Amino acid sequence: MSAARTQVRIPVTKTPKVYIGGAFVRSESARTFKVSDRSGAFFGNIPQCTRKDLRNAVEAAAKAGPGWARRTPYNRAQILYRLAEMIEARSLELVDALARFGERASDAERGVSVSVDRLIHYAGWADKYEQLLASVNPVASPHFNFTVTEPMGVVGVIAPDRSPLLALVSMVAPVVASGNTVVALASETAPYPAILLGEMLATSDLPGGVVNLLTGFRREMLPTFATHAHLRAVYADVKGEDRRALRAGAADSVKRVRFVEGAAGDWLSDSAQGLEFIRAFVELKTTWHPIGS
Amino acid sequence: MPSRRTSPPRPRASLIFGDLWEFDPAPETADPKLKPRYDLFIGGRFVAPRTGRYFDSVNPANERKIAEIALAGEADVDAAYAAAARAFGPWSALPGRERGKYLYRIARLLQDRAREFAVAETIDGGKPIRESRDFDVPMAAAHFFYHAGWADKLAYVAPGAAVSPLGVVGQVIPWNFPLLMLAWKLAPALAMGNCVVLKPAETTSITALKLAEILQDAGLPPGVVNFVTGAADTGAAVMGHPGAAKVAFTGSTEVGKRIMRQLAGTDTRMTMELGGKAANIVFDDAPIEQAVEGIVNGIFFNQGHVCCAGSRLLVHEPVADAVIAKLKNRLRVLRVGDPLDKNTDLGAINSAEQLSRIRRLVAAGVREGAVLYQPPCSLPGKGFYFPPTLFTRVTQSHRIAREEIFGPVLSILTFRTVDEAIEKANNTPYGLSAGVWTDKGSRILRMSTELKAGVVWANTFNRFDPASPFGGYKESGFGREGGRQGLLDYARLS
Amino acid sequence: MLPRDTLAAHARLLDEVGRVDQVGVEERVAKFTTRSVKKTAKLWGLRTAVSMTDLTTLEGKDTPGKIESLCRKALRPHDDPSVPPVAAVCVYPSMVRHAKSLVGGSTVKVASVATAFPSGQTHFKTRLAEVRGAVADGADEIDMVINRGAFLSGDFARVEDEIAGVVEACGAAALKVILEVSELETYDNIRKASFIAMGALRPGDFIKTSTGKTNLNATLANNQVMIEAIRDFYLDTGIAIGMKPAGGIKTAKQSLHFLIAVKETLGDAWLTRKRYRFGASSLLNDLLRQLEKERTGAYQAPYHFSDATESY
Repeated sequence: MSAARTQVRIPVTKTPKVYIGGAFVRSESARTFKVSDRSGAFFGNIPQCTRKDLRNAVEAAAKAGPGWARRTPYNRAQILYRLAEMIEARSLELVDALARFGERASDAERGVSVSVDRLIHYAGWADKYEQLLASVNPVASPHFNFTVTEPMGVVGVIAPDRSPLLALVSMVAPVVASGNTVVALASETAPYPAILLGEMLATSDLPGGVVNLLTGFRREMLPTFATHAHLRAVYADVKGEDRRALRAGAADSVKRVRFVEGAAGDWLSDSAQGLEFIRAFVELKTTWHPIGS
Repeated sequence: MPSRRTSPPRPRASLIFGDLWEFDPAPETADPKLKPRYDLFIGGRFVAPRTGRYFDSVNPANERKIAEIALAGEADVDAAYAAAARAFGPWSALPGRERGKYLYRIARLLQDRAREFAVAETIDGGKPIRESRDFDVPMAAAHFFYHAGWADKLAYVAPGAAVSPLGVVGQVIPWNFPLLMLAWKLAPALAMGNCVVLKPAETTSITALKLAEILQDAGLPPGVVNFVTGAADTGAAVMGHPGAAKVAFTGSTEVGKRIMRQLAGTDTRMTMELGGKAANIVFDDAPIEQAVEGIVNGIFFNQGHVCCAGSRLLVHEPVADAVIAKLKNRLRVLRVGDPLDKNTDLGAINSAEQLSRIRRLVAAGVREGAVLYQPPCSLPGKGFYFPPTLFTRVTQSHRIAREEIFGPVLSILTFRTVDEAIEKANNTPYGLSAGVWTDKGSRILRMSTELKAGVVWANTFNRFDPASPFGGYKESGFGREGGRQGLLDYARLS
Repeated sequence: MLPRDTLAAHARLLDEVGRVDQVGVEERVAKFTTRSVKKTAKLWGLRTAVSMTDLTTLEGKDTPGKIESLCRKALRPHDDPSVPPVAAVCVYPSMVRHAKSLVGGSTVKVASVATAFPSGQTHFKTRLAEVRGAVADGADEIDMVINRGAFLSGDFARVEDEIAGVVEACGAAALKVILEVSELETYDNIRKASFIAMGALRPGDFIKTSTGKTNLNATLANNQVMIEAIRDFYLDTGIAIGMKPAGGIKTAKQSLHFLIAVKETLGDAWLTRKRYRFGASSLLNDLLRQLEKERTGAYQAPYHFSDATESY
């Protein structure tokens, strides 16, 4: 009996923390909300982030922005690819997390593998989108006239509850591929996969602050996403009154608001990825220059 | 105040580039992991050539044999095309997303073994380890990485048209950038879904065969890529094979023309990346110091074994003396010698044959009255070496101003006006590249508009990037490698 | 926007001295960092770097005690007799007399920053008086700052006249002219300012990158722009000016990169402390550490060396 007793081992539980500015932190408010797994058993206390956490995350994203945008597209591509490598290697953990909060095992597996492929898709775009979105313009004067893209800056992302990993990855990847930085709010009902994603971001080569992941209540955070003037765009998977609120709040700072529409919300399909999702988060700049001796 | 403009030095002040602080030898010691004998790579396996024959690959730095390379005959080339044809169906049917993953793997595995490949490249071809380590190998990996990302985005390559692969592509590459030219050829062809039969240059086959090991490690389906090694006959068999839907050739204009004649009776598509005699044009308002650096990089990079080398310097008369004086000082600190030494700037000439061609043309330059300058430097006793060389008082009619030397030899001409610079630059059957050095943006764009060259470098030279299309005008060839345009050359549009 | 005549002045000077392309010069210096210096060449480089060091302390909290330990270190950086003394100690004017009493009679010079270091923002008369005071106290070398405000507004004559005034006030002392490259911002400006300064200097005087008091100090690229200016000026006039990069050079490896740039740009005649200096405080210990590693074959811990600031 005593031999058997010594084999008992109490598992160590993990304290869920959010990923802001490359560090794992609790909410500044010290508030949390309780999350249970699909069996109803207690899983953990998730940080209930506030507008001040959002503000801190925007500061971190703004600080990381210039450096991220200045990196060569090839370097951004390699970093996103490295992130995909990290996630693929830890896919069992993610599948387990997704299944724990209600996804069928086969759906969870598919969700993780599509998430990896999606990152690779956007890694490939990082040094190519400019070749398709930019142009040399044949103006009727002796000028060399060309249009190039630039990242917008800090972009807010509000992810849906369902597909808590794949939707988040699908929304964040096109935004950062072009040199923007992101403050994202994870699924409210299944926030843990986003917390795991943060741990993978931290072990990839992605610089701290480029992607910041918050957890908490959408209704509580949404007004700040709408009105924070330093957020240059918001990409949200929300409906109805939330859309109106975001648009209205965004108007004060002429913020770009994009919603997940139609087939783009079919996260498993290829229609949820592509150049148009990068185009939605870049500015265009046209330069004129004389041609002469 | 004395004149601050850089005028030619007076004799009383000169610089001493002596031996006060001589560097010790700093050889790169990483193991290139070579095999004594390399077979052909056909159908995913190394196979002995049906000819039963092998030839020696020699280190041009010391004339020592490095390994034996299989000599592929027509039957071997047939076998390679057959393996490629078998692989084409499933390979082209694979979703682009999955095909891309193989290319990403190749890029990563090459990065993992970068130093080993750099050493092998240097031993086999004679280029300085500094260049193979900092340029050839990382750039080759970058080409695989870049094109990997296109594989699932082919719908964007030609908006309004559907693209599909051509089939089996035959490729022949030169000895100046063995691994890099291989990457330029393989990566876009594979991303588009083609299969490949490639022949490396006779003197530089080793890194291709080492890459075959990586293709195996990456699990690339057998037959998608096949390497046949050998000399001109093998090359002709690859280019002329009826199984080729397309051929891509990089090499001399002379051989390119021969291939075009050989294929005249077929519908085989072609890409030709041939010779050059680039003008590097320096105006009086240029950032002179950086221009001098660009001129040096333009002609002495890879011992001048570069098809786009800036082999004709056209310098604006007001600054000609200053530029030439600075160039001479700069040449004095170029280090010529053992390619494996990390401090070597100019390594070995690739072969005895190439060395004798350089010597012949340099002798012609002297005979025709151009003025030769070579800095004092001692060359190793064994191996193929040539010192960095400048010719001044060169005119358009000199052979050294017209023929591609493919060595570390710069011909310097002068001009007075912008129009004269353009005329002189374009006065050649070649049209691969050109350089312009001026502080004035509008003049850069005018020059870029007027120069008949596939690549124009402004205030820089010899820059390459997987995203940037490369290729020539006129007798420098056709088709592009790199970027979206390069990918299109491996696609059928419908 | 600068006034019209300011622009014209800058344009004229740029035409005269020539332009610098940022990308090009940064590519050039990156190649110096790929040079590989081994064995005897490495030892020579490390010892030469020691001999070129202006061991510096420029802090509000400097005391005679701190200056004393600095001077002892300068005279005998290490127990190993093959390690030479440094070139100079560099201190504030109030410490010159004390420093001189400690190193006088040796090969180690006393250098003093002056001219309202680091900003230079006081009356010219006061700046001159500071120079004269430091020289009177025994300074062998004076490190002055240029009038960046005058430079940026195109008043080059004033910049040059002030330097000429300081040259005169120096008497026999050598002068090092600090351009404060971070405030000039562009390589074009660094080249222009180098020529303005050299026009007023005597053979054996120096131009220097920085005070070490701003966010950007000596880099290989601004060092390169300045040594190319020195080379062009020398070939044009026969007047050999020295160079002192200062601030930010903390490791032995970095200092070797700078010396390689000198070797390949100015040549052997500048590989001497008479014409090249490093303004640094923590560099010396790293040089000693690498020398000791070469001697023993074992990597060294920083705390084996006197005056180490690393305590971990």
